[in-house]
Amino acid sequence: MKKIEAIIRKTRFEEVKEALLAADIEWFSYYDVRGEGKMRQARIYRGVMYNTSCIERVLLNIVVRDKNVEKTIAAVQKAAQTGEIGDGRIFVIPVEDAVRIRTGERGDIALYNAELEK
Amino acid sequence: MTSLLLTTLDTGNTAWLTMSAILVMLMTVPGLALFYGGLVRSKNILSIIMQCLMCTAVMSILWIAFGYSWVFGTGFHGTGIGAIIGGFDKVFLNGVTTHSIMSPSGVPEITFCLFQCMFAVITPGLIIGAFAERLKFSSFMVFTILWSILVYNPMAHFVWGGGWLQQMGALDFAGGTVVHINAGISALVMALMLGRRSDYRPGKPIPATNVTYVFLGAIFLWLGWFGFNAGSGLTADGLDANAFLVTHLCTCVAAITWMAIDWIYSGKPTTVGVCTGAVAGLVAITPAAGSTGVLGAIMIGFVTSVVCYFMVAYVKPKLGYDDALDAFGVHGIGGIIGSVLTGVFASAAITGGAKGALYGDWHQLGVQLIATGFAIVYSGVITFILFKVIDKTMGIRVEPRVEEEGLDIYEHGENAYN
Repeated sequence: MKKIEAIIRKTRFEEVKEALLAADIEWFSYYDVRGEGKMRQARIYRGVMYNTSCIERVLLNIVVRDKNVEKTIAAVQKAAQTGEIGDGRIFVIPVEDAVRIRTGERGDIALYNAELEK
Repeated sequence: MTSLLLTTLDTGNTAWLTMSAILVMLMTVPGLALFYGGLVRSKNILSIIMQCLMCTAVMSILWIAFGYSWVFGTGFHGTGIGAIIGGFDKVFLNGVTTHSIMSPSGVPEITFCLFQCMFAVITPGLIIGAFAERLKFSSFMVFTILWSILVYNPMAHFVWGGGWLQQMGALDFAGGTVVHINAGISALVMALMLGRRSDYRPGKPIPATNVTYVFLGAIFLWLGWFGFNAGSGLTADGLDANAFLVTHLCTCVAAITWMAIDWIYSGKPTTVGVCTGAVAGLVAITPAAGSTGVLGAIMIGFVTSVVCYFMVAYVKPKLGYDDALDAFGVHGIGGIIGSVLTGVFASAAITGGAKGALYGDWHQLGVQLIATGFAIVYSGVITFILFKVIDKTMGIRVEPRVEEEGLDIYEHGENAYN
């Protein structure tokens, strides 16, 4: 079981979402995040100029079974790519366990719906 | 109509016209700024607010400098040129003093000038909806200034200032042709020429950042429109009361109609839908407010909502142009329907003369069609030329990176939310 964290451009979100759905990754969470980077952008407040390195991105949080890791990474990378600097990163993190709150099921089975899988 | 005969000042009319001017200003800032601002993504909301603010500030200065003279001046009155431009006799309000009283309404000419100024302000503001989220601010400024000189001022003179369309008898009580068709068609041309926003896919709308702002903006527009329509008679009398009545009624009908269609076809009544329907109704009743009664208002509200819904929900995705905030779909189409239906529902009981096809006078419908057709061709062609010139000389669209990260931070150095 792995957690895939992907930081992507906000403008590529729809494409990534569709690519994930096409790869049968049906649920994930995401948030708007701000990061710091090398890009600098001038900001002005009442005549005072200051620089900000704040970059806005979307962070996807996808937990998948081991067998789905590669296709998830491939889907995100393909859909999020523009070729310009700033396309983002994908991180793969091991996950110890998962519990489905409704039933108490643990492990891989908590990640997917066994009935729908068949 | 800009006679300087010594008429006595009518304090009642003056008070109402002053109030109306304030209401019409509210339509642009904050009305349009919030309505359009709420509909774009949070990274671009300030760019919309800035564009609305600049419409207000720049257009007002231009109007006082020479716009008013061009539209309502009388320098060329009675000559052939008078059918096309008013004159240069009132540049910088030359000769317009505190003692200039308009006849027959008895309001100071300064008040009239301010009231009309707010119309010149909002008209280019409406176009913002079509090119939202991708136009350079500098190009916007140049476009808007040239547009008001070459498109708004001439059209306003043709229809209101004694130009050839007015001489022909075209009815445009408060600006269906001059404001809404004019801006709506320009919006369509701009959307077509600019192309889509880079991440827009036809049939997949980009969700509004803040529907609460959309609601606030729509209500400011609704309120402001009472000044827009009920002030356009320049007097505080029964005609203005009727304009107020039909404006409100038509808007309510259009809002409910939109909600009903939403409910039937999309399964749910939506807030953005009702706000859009209300604005479509306001647009459509504008040319008819001074000539139609209760029946006409209900019909216009209903027909407009149905057609505008069809345009933005089916035709726009089908054709694939990116009229980002439906400036054409609502203002262009709503204006055209209102302008044509004015020729159908105009009632002699209200106009005191002209009447529409419904009451047996097909001539008025013909005149309305000519005025509408001319406005479409004129604003379409000039906008096309303006786009080409600005695009070739200074570039009209922002860089892909700016479009992606947001106009607010790159063009204005600010974020709306921190």
